[in-house]
Amino acid sequence: MRFRPKGVSKIVEGDLTPMIDMTFQLIAFFMLVINFSDAEQDQRVKLPASELARPPAAPYEQPLTIHVTHDGHFIYAGNELTELARLRSELLRETQIILRHTSKQLGDVTVIIRADENAKTGLVQEIIAICQELKFEKFALRGKQEKVNTVGSS
Amino acid sequence: MRIRNTEHREHIVLQMTPMIDIVFQLLVFFVFTFKIILPEGDFNIRMPSASASLSSQPTETPLLKVRLRAAPSGELAQVQLGDVVLAGAAPFAKLHQEIRSLVDDAGGPGSTEQEVEIEADYELKYRYAMHAITAITGYLDDNGEQHKLVERVRFAPLPQ
Repeated sequence: MRFRPKGVSKIVEGDLTPMIDMTFQLIAFFMLVINFSDAEQDQRVKLPASELARPPAAPYEQPLTIHVTHDGHFIYAGNELTELARLRSELLRETQIILRHTSKQLGDVTVIIRADENAKTGLVQEIIAICQELKFEKFALRGKQEKVNTVGSS
Repeated sequence: MRIRNTEHREHIVLQMTPMIDIVFQLLVFFVFTFKIILPEGDFNIRMPSASASLSSQPTETPLLKVRLRAAPSGELAQVQLGDVVLAGAAPFAKLHQEIRSLVDDAGGPGSTEQEVEIEADYELKYRYAMHAITAITGYLDDNGEQHKLVERVRFAPLPQ
């Protein structure tokens, strides 16, 4: 059995260049695709598709976003609500905050409704009716952007 | 003039460890803050309450009514424009054609006066209401450019 002489062992240095290249590529990718906008999206809501749904030209000022899930629950301000009465009381509280602490009129506030494609249309109408009762006037019905024609496919 | 002895130049070792540390910190930060945002868009509708809308000026253009009837399962059963039932495999395409012929968008930007009211059954799945709104409000041409038809769309008040 032969033994290597210990005295002549070399320091092995790994070549770090490919790893650093790759890491910088990853950083560059994430920097480009990162989005700091506070877009309110919720995985529980699958939006209906529409080829005409376009993002607004200018961002809304202090919009209120109400999500409607397929099982008829509402998500407002991160809380899942099961009853319309609870949603109404939450919105009523919001109107008081808007009127007391901002100079905005309720008619200028946009209510964004993100309803699931399988949610009941009547629920969306009820939300609109509640908002109208609370003096909101502007609504944005949110849909998923689609490139194909959705009207002819139904 | 002194000439440096080039024979005994120091071997400079670049310290890679701090740089790699920072680079990995950055990478971890970007990975954790990364969120996929799906492209979404809005249909903007202005729907004041019934009392406020009554006080506004009445328009001379007659209101078009679109009725969406639902089957017990929530699927679409029937689409009606006024009194006309739009039957067939693609009722929303027919609705679109009817609205387009009524608005007569030949070269124009669509109608700002015409108003359409959607009366949908409570149980109807929301995607059909969205299809109806899409059919009413506009279309995309072959170049992908958006043309507007009717801008004023509202839901009929719910029956008490």
